[in-house]
Amino acid sequence: MTATTTERPAPAGTAVLSLEGINKRFGAVQALTDVSLDVAPGEVVALVGDNGAGKSTLIKIISGVYQPDGGTITFAGRVVHVGGPSEAQALGISTVFQDLALCDNLDVVANLFLGQEKGTAGWLDEVTMEKESWRLLRTLSAKIPSVRIPIASLSGGQRQTVAIARSLVGAPKVVMLDEPTAALGVAQTAEVLNLIERLRETGLGVILVSHNMADVQAVADRIIVLRLGRNAAEFNVDETTTEQLVAAITGASDNVVADRIRRNQAAHHAGAHDA
Amino acid sequence: MPEATPTTPKNPTTAPTVQDEMSPAVPIPADLSDERLVHARGVRGALDSFTRKVRGGDLGSLPVIIGLIVISLVFYAQEPTFLSSRTLVNITLFAAPIGIIAIGVVLVLLLGEIDLSVGSVSGLAASVMAVMVVYEGYSLFVSILAGALTGLAIGVLYAVLFTKVGVPSFVITLAGLLGFLGLQLVVLGKNGTVNLPPDSRLVEFARSSFVTGVASYVLVLVVAVGYGAALLWSIRRRTAAGLSAPSLVSVAVRTGLLAGGLLYLTYYLNIDRGLGYLPLLFVALVVLMDLLLRKTTWGRHVFAVGGNVEAARRSGIRVTRVYLSVFALTGLFAAIGGLLAAAQLTSVSQASGGTDTNLTAIAAAVIGGTSLFGGRGTAYAALLGIIVLQSIQTGLNVIGVDSSVRYMVTGAVLLLAVSIDSVSRRARSSSGRG
Ligand SMILES: Nc1ncnc2c1ncn2[C@@H]1O[C@H](COP(=O)(O)OP(=O)(O)OP(=O)(O)O)[C@@H](O)[C@H]1O
Ligand SMILES: [Mg+2]
Repeated sequence: MTATTTERPAPAGTAVLSLEGINKRFGAVQALTDVSLDVAPGEVVALVGDNGAGKSTLIKIISGVYQPDGGTITFAGRVVHVGGPSEAQALGISTVFQDLALCDNLDVVANLFLGQEKGTAGWLDEVTMEKESWRLLRTLSAKIPSVRIPIASLSGGQRQTVAIARSLVGAPKVVMLDEPTAALGVAQTAEVLNLIERLRETGLGVILVSHNMADVQAVADRIIVLRLGRNAAEFNVDETTTEQLVAAITGASDNVVADRIRRNQAAHHAGAHDA
Repeated sequence: MPEATPTTPKNPTTAPTVQDEMSPAVPIPADLSDERLVHARGVRGALDSFTRKVRGGDLGSLPVIIGLIVISLVFYAQEPTFLSSRTLVNITLFAAPIGIIAIGVVLVLLLGEIDLSVGSVSGLAASVMAVMVVYEGYSLFVSILAGALTGLAIGVLYAVLFTKVGVPSFVITLAGLLGFLGLQLVVLGKNGTVNLPPDSRLVEFARSSFVTGVASYVLVLVVAVGYGAALLWSIRRRTAAGLSAPSLVSVAVRTGLLAGGLLYLTYYLNIDRGLGYLPLLFVALVVLMDLLLRKTTWGRHVFAVGGNVEAARRSGIRVTRVYLSVFALTGLFAAIGGLLAAAQLTSVSQASGGTDTNLTAIAAAVIGGTSLFGGRGTAYAALLGIIVLQSIQTGLNVIGVDSSVRYMVTGAVLLLAVSIDSVSRRARSSSGRG
């Protein structure tokens, strides 16, 4: 892939994953209304929005955890029905969930390969998995003392790193990360952003959910804003200011945050470093 | 004593820098390259890491083994024949049928679920087998098969109710406890007791078949050599993959301890009748289940579902299948245990698989160290737990104490075991072992 950050991302026609008119209702809460989203190979799409906007719900629908009430999911040109997480996995969609979804009683290796264990005829090949674990963790500059200790004994950031490493096991075509850097240190955040760049270069589609506008603007090609479960806006990252983003997220251009940013920009001509 | 704090790391070669990984002069295995990892090498290291584990609440089988030693000493002090070969052979014989049922209980507990009906299922399976072979004239083989399939089918039924209808396993199996007890009475009919022919192969297997003499020692050697070979093979594979591996000395020590222990045990049991086929089958099933749980994808999934069902589901594990396989196996083990208990008593009655069987099997799994909270335990819990309970029962018999005391002692031991589990759980969460 030769996707460069300065060009407009691929149009929807070549999308590897494309959602149309997705609806999802939880009892009295209409969590998603007519939501659409496209990701092309080698494209990083950021999904932003306020707390409760429906980002995680959308991610879970794509990964087969929830079933949508309506709408279509097209993967690699075919309309698909993602009936469960194993089907998403089989398609090549891997996910880092916001709550990480790790098994505390299992060690790091077991968690990394959970559901995709290596072995022959049902017998586990621990040596290969352990070796591969170290390789994966090293690509993320993970600071993990041992892969043979239970996940419960790791710090929040270490757990998050394991969850991210897990999304790279197998050969995914689309990787979705729901707030992957929320608990990470400076070096590990940089490493995850680097990783996202590398995923883009290898031609994967990436969906990144984040509340950190600096991170989003650093790696995303396109930004999709959800507000109250609807598509609120879509931006090309180079043509967007933090101010516009914040306005789209909050649904108003005259709020304190936007004002503060406007004032700061006027004063320093600096970017959106404190968004 | 003021200690000089060095500003640079004392041992810079252990820092996981790129040069380290590339330099062939300092080959640090990939899994030991973190400088914060406390290295445990040699016998000292093994002991150190063991004490650290125990302090951190990762007790494993330690409480049961200590308990077993205490029980042995107490009864031995009262009545020295408690540790005679004759008593020990009896303990192994009587422990086996309920022990086999307890393996199934360990499996459901690993999922964080419960089966309260294993006793009833064992009684029903035994009744089906006995009635078929004695009254209906079926061959022994077909009758055994039918009994075992009864247990399996009940397990499948439980799994369907649990996964499709969503009834809690506690309720399903409580209903099963009552329902299958009733069915057992129906199957047994008016007489209520069916005597198995004493010359039946099943009865012979359970009562009077023993491995003795040369055969028993050959068996021990085969087991020890197999164990040592497996360890060596794993060392070879790990070293080839650039991972740390236990030293050859540790392999020799472990294999030697296993061989020595088993040889002495065999010698001691051989003074009396030797190791029965029935306990041998039980131990073989325990070892088999242990290997399946630790070394196969299926076993990994059982632990994952027990630890965090939602995470397991999101990893693409077919959770329903895991529940199905485990409930079915629990039913199967209950049935096999029931058949063997019947063979041992040479009869099936309305009391077969009653409260005693049920509670002993469940208590054994818990006393052996299976956590009630799911995701933690080993197949060996069934073995250790049932030996503890059978030792208490036999010991109280030997010193001539009433069975009322046995119930109270068993209750106290059960409470103690669960308390240890709960306390060590707290210690684990404060020391970061999950
Ligand atoms: N399982 C559920 N049952 C009921 N309501 C739910 C469920 N999951 C999500 N919701 C509701 O759907 C809405 C969207 O939630 P979602 O988790 O997708 O938000 P989000 O955009 O990921 O927020 P955050 O930034 O806080 O992670 C919320 O109003 C939430 O209450
Ligand atoms: Mg969310």
